[in-house]
This record gives sequence, C-alpha cells and structure tokens, in this order.
Amino acid sequence: MKHLTRKQKKMLIRLIVAGIIFVPLFIIGHTHVMHDVPWYVAAPIFAVPYLIAGYDVLRKAFLNILHGQIFDENFLMCIATLGAFAVGEYPEAGEVMLLYQLGEFLQALAVGKSRRNITELMDIRPDYANALRGEEFVRVSPDEVAVGDIILVKPGEKVPLDGVVTEGTTNVDTAALTGESLPRVLNAGDEIVSGCINMSGAVKCRVTKPYGESTVAKILELVENASMGKAKSENFITRFSKYYTPIVVIIALLLGAVPPLFFGQDVGTWVKLALTCLVISCPCALVISVPLTFFGGIGGAARKGILIKGANRIEELARVQTVVFDKTGTLTNGRFSVTVVHPDSISEEELLYLAAAAECYSDHPISRSLALAYKKEIDRTQVQSVEEIAGHGVDAVIGGKRVLVGNEKLMRAQNVTFAPCKHVHHGTVVHVALDGVYAGHVEICDELKPDASDTIRLLKPRKTVILTGDRESVGKEVASRLGVDEVHCGLLPAEKVQKVEEYLVSKPQGTALAFVGDGINDAPVLSRADVGIAMGALGSDAAIEAADIVLMDDKPSAIVTAIRIAKKVRGIVRQNVIFSLAVKIGILVFELASTSSVGHSHMGLAAFADVGVLVLAVLNATRALRVKER
Amino acid sequence: MKKTFELEDLDCAHCAAKMEEGIRKLDGVTSATVSYIAQKLVIEADDARFDEIMKEVVKVCRKVEPDCRILLK
Repeated sequence: MKHLTRKQKKMLIRLIVAGIIFVPLFIIGHTHVMHDVPWYVAAPIFAVPYLIAGYDVLRKAFLNILHGQIFDENFLMCIATLGAFAVGEYPEAGEVMLLYQLGEFLQALAVGKSRRNITELMDIRPDYANALRGEEFVRVSPDEVAVGDIILVKPGEKVPLDGVVTEGTTNVDTAALTGESLPRVLNAGDEIVSGCINMSGAVKCRVTKPYGESTVAKILELVENASMGKAKSENFITRFSKYYTPIVVIIALLLGAVPPLFFGQDVGTWVKLALTCLVISCPCALVISVPLTFFGGIGGAARKGILIKGANRIEELARVQTVVFDKTGTLTNGRFSVTVVHPDSISEEELLYLAAAAECYSDHPISRSLALAYKKEIDRTQVQSVEEIAGHGVDAVIGGKRVLVGNEKLMRAQNVTFAPCKHVHHGTVVHVALDGVYAGHVEICDELKPDASDTIRLLKPRKTVILTGDRESVGKEVASRLGVDEVHCGLLPAEKVQKVEEYLVSKPQGTALAFVGDGINDAPVLSRADVGIAMGALGSDAAIEAADIVLMDDKPSAIVTAIRIAKKVRGIVRQNVIFSLAVKIGILVFELASTSSVGHSHMGLAAFADVGVLVLAVLNATRALRVKER
Repeated sequence: MKKTFELEDLDCAHCAAKMEEGIRKLDGVTSATVSYIAQKLVIEADDARFDEIMKEVVKVCRKVEPDCRILLK
C-alpha cells in the first residue's frame, strides 16, 4: 500500500466506491424489474458508478481528440461504453468501465512492483563513505571523496569507492556484483572494489578513482541504460498497436453497419457486437508484458553478475548457436605455472635455474612463471649475454657457459640431440641445452578453469570454437580435453577478427554468434560478433565499453546462465503474445457466433476475459526476474 | 548534454512510445528514450537551449498523457 502514488491511491478509492454502488445495481439490472424502469431513470442511476470509475477516461479521450490523438485506448473505451448506454445496456457499460479501470490499476501495481524488485536487487549504491579529514574519519557522501583520500570501511558496510587496502585484513562479499557467494580475502596492498560488502574486519583504503568512475557507478549506469534499450519485439509491439487499433475500429464499424444495412438484421444486436469488439481491442496485455519481461530478465541476470546491455541483446543471445572463445583468460586462467621438471643430466634445481636465468630479462608470462618456480632470487650479474631468437627461444651465456632455452625448433637448429618426452604434454615445453648438450626440459601449463569443461558440455549442441594465439599443440590439447568442436591456433589479434568474420558468414541462417573474450586486446572482435561477451570485467573499462554482455566474474559457466535467462525471456514473450492474441480472437469468434445464432453478445464477459488475460500475462512476465539456481 | 528525468504516473506503454516519437521530432533533440517500465526519460539535446527544449518536452508529454508529470530536478 505504501508504495502507491497519489494517483493510484485515488484510483483505488474510486474503484472501491464505484464497486460498492455498482454491484447491487448490476444484480437488480439482470432481473425483470429493469424492464419497467424508464430509460431516463435507469441511465442516470447507472451513470453514477460509471462516472466515478471512469471519468478520467472520458476526460483523456476528449483531451486527446482536441490534440489530434484519436484511436487510443481511452477513445475506444469511451465509444464502447457510451455506445452501450445508447443501446440501453446500462449494466454492461458500467461493468466494462469498472473492469477496464481495474485492469489498468493492477497493471500499474505489477509494473511498480517489478521496478522496485529490480531496484532492490541492484541495491549496491553506497550511501556514505568514512573519509579521513584531519585526524578523524567523517561520514561524507562518496562524491566528496577525492582520489588519494584515505577511507575507513567497517564490517557490514558497503565499500563506497574503488581503492587499495592500506591497513587491515578482511573478507569481502562480492555477491551483489558477481553473483559469486564465496567471500574474497583482502590484505594490505590488494585492490578493493566498490559495491562489495565488507564482512569481517575494518580496513583503511586509499581511494584510486573518483565516485563517478568507480565500479559501482559504472554498473548502476549500465543497468539503468540497459532497461532503456528496446528489443525488436518491443518495437514490433508498438508498431503493431499503431495499425492494430485502427483495424479493430474498422472491423467494429463493419460489424455494426453491414449486417443491419444489407441483411436486414437487428441494429441493436449488431451494434452491441461491434462495441464488444472495441472492448477487447485494447492491446494492453502485449504492450505491457513484453517490455516487463525483458526488464525482469535484465534484472535477474544482473543479480547473477551478468550485465546485459539492453533488451535487444537478450533476443540475440537466445539465438546463439555458435560460441567462439578466446582461450586465454576465458577457458584457462591465463596464469602459467611450471608443472613438470624433467632434468636429463643435471639436478632439477639447476635446470630451473638455467631456464629462469636465461629468461630473466623477458616479461613474457612463461618467463615469469619460470622465475616464480625457481623461487630464489636470480643473480643477474651471472647472465653475461642474452640473445633472443624470435619464434625459437633464447641463446644466453650464464656463468661462462652457453645455455640454449627454447622450443624443439631451437634444439634442432642448434643440432642438439634430444629424446622427445614420452609424457603427455598439456602445455608448453621449454628445452634446455648446456654447452650444446641436452640438459632436460620444463613443462609450463596454463590451467583450465574449474568450470570450463562443464561450460562446453552445457553449451552443446551449440558449436564451440577456440581461437588462440598459442601454438598448435597447446590449443589442440585444450580443445580436445574440453570437447570443443573446432580450434584455430597461432592467430594474431587481426586474424581473430578475420576468423570470426568467416564464422559469421558460415553460421546457419537465423542464428547468432557469440564471442567470449577476457576484454584485453579483443575489443574489435567483441564488437564484430553478434553478441560480444567480456569476462572478468571487475575493473576493466575497455571490456565494459566494447561488449554487449559483461560477466562480472571470470567464470565461463555464467555464459550458460545468460543464455538460459535469454531463452526463458524469449519463451515468456512468445507465450504472452500467442496467449493474448488467441484469447482475443477466441472471444471475437465466440461473440460473433453468439450474435448470429441467438442474437446476443456478452460485452461484460469480453471485458472480464480481457482483464484476465492482462493479469495473467503480467504475472507470467514477472517470472523473468527469477533465475533458478542450477 | 544527456540527462535523465523521472516520470510520475506514466500509465500506458504506448503513450510512452508516442511521447518518445514526439520528443524526438523536437528541434535540437539529438536522441530521446521514454521507458514505461523504468518510468524514465533519457534525453540528449542542444546544451545552449536545453531549458527551452525541456519546456517543449513538457508540452509534448502533456499532450499525449495529461496526467504524466516530468520531475524536473
């Protein structure tokens, strides 16, 4: 009750008053008493509840005609009910007006409720920040905190701004942003993201971004804009009602005029059918339920850490039959680690040392993983010279000895004899030779994400493709382990765009192609695909900009959830369109049959069915908000 | 300049569509979206004449839906 606007409260009172007056009149009206009451008594009595319930409809219709806006639902309702008065069907006129207003009222309630639900779901807007001012922490609006300021976040509070923890340790709950329920542990030096909820300890943070550029402000803006973008089916409905209403009016005119004029039928009977036709002509159920469904879908997805930038993206997503992945950072962690150390002639530690030392000047992820695996500090003075051989590896001199570190090609080029390792390679193999003699090899793997193979399995029967800059053996290995259909390796970023374009041409008609990337270096591909999905976007602006769908967490399984939500939304929209149209056509046929056989149509019944359809369609639409856990 | 306004008592979805159409036709308006569901108007218009344009916008809304109010902040 407390959420009603002034107008809605007034409407509720009017409905109740009109109902109390109307119901006894309606019952009397259906007895034979009415036949003896002259029209100049009956009409004014029935006009009382009619006007209480519907005076604003009359007013609006009148104003709209003055403004040159005819053919809206107010106009239709006026003609239908005033027409009913004219042919002496007073109870019907009141009933239709009451039901129409009741339907409008319920629909306004339902929409308001959905809007509130979604706003509550997205309740991540911080109200205040505890900023250090002089010696003390003072509560200020997040807008007033500058970059570099120190803020205090107490347990139970929302993190108001993006920053870096300077003091303290805590767990933060990122569920509102990512849908991930496992808390994240943060220590001094870690980044802290606005919109999370601080769970355990008080931490001090140095602010790194002004509020307007913070994660929380960006997400809120995104969600708000998303609900403004219109889907094709939404536009279709608006266009549809533009033609639909005039068509219905013409049909009604024909129904009211042709049988009496040309076939000598009773005028009153057919005019009443024509009015009934007007009553059911209002396309409200469609016009309301379709955008409501999309809105619910966007809200439900946002709750799961999936930001969908607009209703049209939902439609595309539901049609996805080809999913192209960029491998690193989406299906794999993009963090390399040494998994196997196989020395041939020296100790494990020495092998790691040689590999790490030779690569110590490189910033490549593989080089960093070698340094990480060696653990100890590398004495760079020992590395006398390093020459990088593109596509092969490095040729270095360490401690006076010549060290070759690289792939098989390098070993062959330098005539180092080695026995290929018999173990299965999941990753990249780095061979080491010392003074021209094979010393052993190290294997480095990019770990698969835990839910990567489930994701691929659940995406079936959709076609899945991996595009990677990695070499053939690594790409193929990952593809076969995950069960991905096709894989293209050794691609430069520009070639990835080309590949995606090839798939766009060859994809089956009427389906869509989704590209999933980690948002780094793949903005061109993200924008080229029908649906660009950026993963792990907490903090990455470029990805948020370029993608159609942003997954806040870095779990690929969210793609499956997103597609499921999209298909559900599409399903609900279809159900509502088919259901409402079927009921309307059904009523029309029934009334037509009833009029031509027994000479009687049921205007009130038609209005009742129409409101029923509206309520059911709106209730069905609100289902889109709920996303089932799997 | 792009601005968002809340709408109160916008009661029908195709009124929203009509408003949108009308606002877009106004001189100086670059883009406009009226969402029935969000009860919001997002408008992008000429900076210099923004207030003037908003007066026109209010007129258009009144014409389509007499009860609807634009909450001008």
